[in-house]
Amino acid sequence: MTISLAQFLIVAAILFTLGVAGVILNRKNIIVVLMSVELILLSVNLNLVAFSAFLGDLTGQVFALFILTVAAAEAAIGLAILVAYYRNRGSIAVDDINMMKG
Amino acid sequence: MYAAIVFLPLLGFLIAGPFGWRIGPRPSEIVTTSLSFVSALLSWIVFIQIALGTAPATVSLIGNWFTSGALKVDWSLRIDTLTAVMLVVVGTVSSLTHLYSIGYMSDDPSRPRFFSYLSLFTFAMLTLVTADNLVQMFFGWEGVGLLSYLLIGFWYEKPQANAAAIKAFVVNRVGDFGFALGIFLVFFLTNSVGFDQIFAAAPGLAHKTVHVFGLDMDAMTITCLLLFMGAMGKSAQFLLHTWLPDAMEGPTPVSALIHAATMVTAGVFMVARLSPLFEQAPAALSFVTIIGATTAFFAATIALVQPDIKKVIAYSTCSQLGYMFVGLGVGGYSLGIFHLFTHAFFKGLLFLGAGSVIIAMHHEQDMRNMGGLWKRIPFTLAMMTIGFLSLMGFPFTAGYYSKDAIIEAAFASDRAGAFYGYVLTAAAAGLTAFYSWRVVFLTFFGAPRWATAGPGSGHDHAAHGHEGHTLDPRESPLTMLIPLGVLAIGALFAGVVFSHDFIGKGWDGFWKGALYLGSDNHILEAREDIPAFARRLPTLMMAFGSLVAVLFYVLAPSIPQRLAQITRPLYEFLLNKWYFDELYDMIFVRPAFWLGSLFWKGGDGAIIDRLGPDGVAAWVVDVTGRAVKLQSGYIYHYAFAMLAGLAAVITWYVATGVR
Repeated sequence: MTISLAQFLIVAAILFTLGVAGVILNRKNIIVVLMSVELILLSVNLNLVAFSAFLGDLTGQVFALFILTVAAAEAAIGLAILVAYYRNRGSIAVDDINMMKG
Repeated sequence: MYAAIVFLPLLGFLIAGPFGWRIGPRPSEIVTTSLSFVSALLSWIVFIQIALGTAPATVSLIGNWFTSGALKVDWSLRIDTLTAVMLVVVGTVSSLTHLYSIGYMSDDPSRPRFFSYLSLFTFAMLTLVTADNLVQMFFGWEGVGLLSYLLIGFWYEKPQANAAAIKAFVVNRVGDFGFALGIFLVFFLTNSVGFDQIFAAAPGLAHKTVHVFGLDMDAMTITCLLLFMGAMGKSAQFLLHTWLPDAMEGPTPVSALIHAATMVTAGVFMVARLSPLFEQAPAALSFVTIIGATTAFFAATIALVQPDIKKVIAYSTCSQLGYMFVGLGVGGYSLGIFHLFTHAFFKGLLFLGAGSVIIAMHHEQDMRNMGGLWKRIPFTLAMMTIGFLSLMGFPFTAGYYSKDAIIEAAFASDRAGAFYGYVLTAAAAGLTAFYSWRVVFLTFFGAPRWATAGPGSGHDHAAHGHEGHTLDPRESPLTMLIPLGVLAIGALFAGVVFSHDFIGKGWDGFWKGALYLGSDNHILEAREDIPAFARRLPTLMMAFGSLVAVLFYVLAPSIPQRLAQITRPLYEFLLNKWYFDELYDMIFVRPAFWLGSLFWKGGDGAIIDRLGPDGVAAWVVDVTGRAVKLQSGYIYHYAFAMLAGLAAVITWYVATGVR
């Protein structure tokens, strides 16, 4: 059984939607937001790899590897900020982080 | 040399003014005083050369001020006999006042400021009297007005002093408005503001009419009336006199210099300087006579009852200025100037003497708290008595020659209003004698009321740091007594020495055409042949006034109080200065305040501010307040907004098709 392109894209869209929903609906933990962002990035990667395979062009897969690297770096920085933030404020609940309130 | 006379006081100001705080009070005093003495000495040399000698009158050009179309205005010094007389008056009184102030102001912290103002005033006054055109004269005119304002308000921590300074400035603006209009009209008629050109054109302008205020009027009359309006303001004549008594809030040397000897006589000088114009306007001269006579009488009546020693002398100044204008008004310009000349000596002397009394009494000015001072300050008594004798025209003092000459001329003249002038000035002569002796007796004789009068009786001990002193009147320091002595010499002998030249047979050789008389103006000769009773009347009035004063204040001291009670309405009327301040308050001040607050609260506040700056600002605050509410600070709100925006953009692209 061959898997069609549309099926790949549907899975990626579901992952993307889950990620976005995780960012917006999550009220508890800022780590969940980071995880949701990773999820969004992975869905995009999935799209890139799927298109690459179907079009016979390796560039998409190379790009996916780059994104993985950047995402790892981003996660490291994000977690570092998070630790520093927790030391300062004693909380990483999303509802507590509203210092930018006008 | 002429430039040195005028600019040395300016140099004094430039040293003591900006740098006074650095060089300290004593050097400031020395610099300004010595420079003004040099200026005074040079003035006397000029007077001897030009007026008494045969040196020709000159106009020396300093430079062009501005040129605009036909209007060409130069800086230049016009030195003729009239200017020389004024230079001597200004220089002498100014330098003596500088010297006197060293003693009088010795406990004042801002002496450099005071002395720099005095010097700058002297400069402005000298510019006024040496002016060769109306615009330069106006420069000096406004300059002395400004310095008068600054010096009246010198003790700026006193609210009354500030109020008096503002009042003097504002009332003078009324007069200066007329003066400025007069200058415009002169330029309109003669196409020039230079004196030589104006005087040359003046005879041709007689009986010419000009269309102003919707009426055809005699050009010269209306011009001279407008110019005289300026003189009325500056010289504190009837209706515009209210600022002068209030100006006594300033330090006493200022009163002597500015409000007795020099600035207030600027109006007299101006009319005399413009005599070629006024000679062409007999109606305006009659007006001058009437205003002068009214002032002479009215101010003298007020001086009868005032309790403040400086106020009495201030009203006396007002009254004597009235005499000068009567002299001018009947065509005897030299009579007015001669009285100006002698008046500068004896009135300067009186003010400086009053200052000596005030210092001895530790800034007490109310004569009701004085008395018996003759033992303590005999020199001041002697000098002030000389001043008062000269003021009331005691035979052979300076005032006798100048004042009686004016009264005689008023009798001799056949101009309209001259007899009115004669009656009122003769009556005022009696009043003058009375109030003069009243000051002498109340201040120097009788029981010493200061010994019993407690502190806080209306004077400001606290302001001058004399609290807790027991009053011990002493003679003033030598720097204050020397000017008194010098001025007393002038008050005694200026009449005898100079009357021949100023108003007698030596008239023509002295003035050398500086004062213009029309061909039918023979007032100086006519003055000589008037009936004996008219000649003696002023002296008789003087004697009568003196006798009444002796009766009231020496023989039967209870009379004044009883008289005041019997004629209470009249007494109150005089004590309140004919209710002029109240009247002006009602007619001008309060409507002005009402109009001001209407425009302020109505026009400015309710319309311009509400719709303009305030309205826009409130709107901006309102809008931003709503914008601020969007910034919740929660990440998921921002993320949702971004998502929604992205979705909207994509939807729009999909719906319209990507091009």
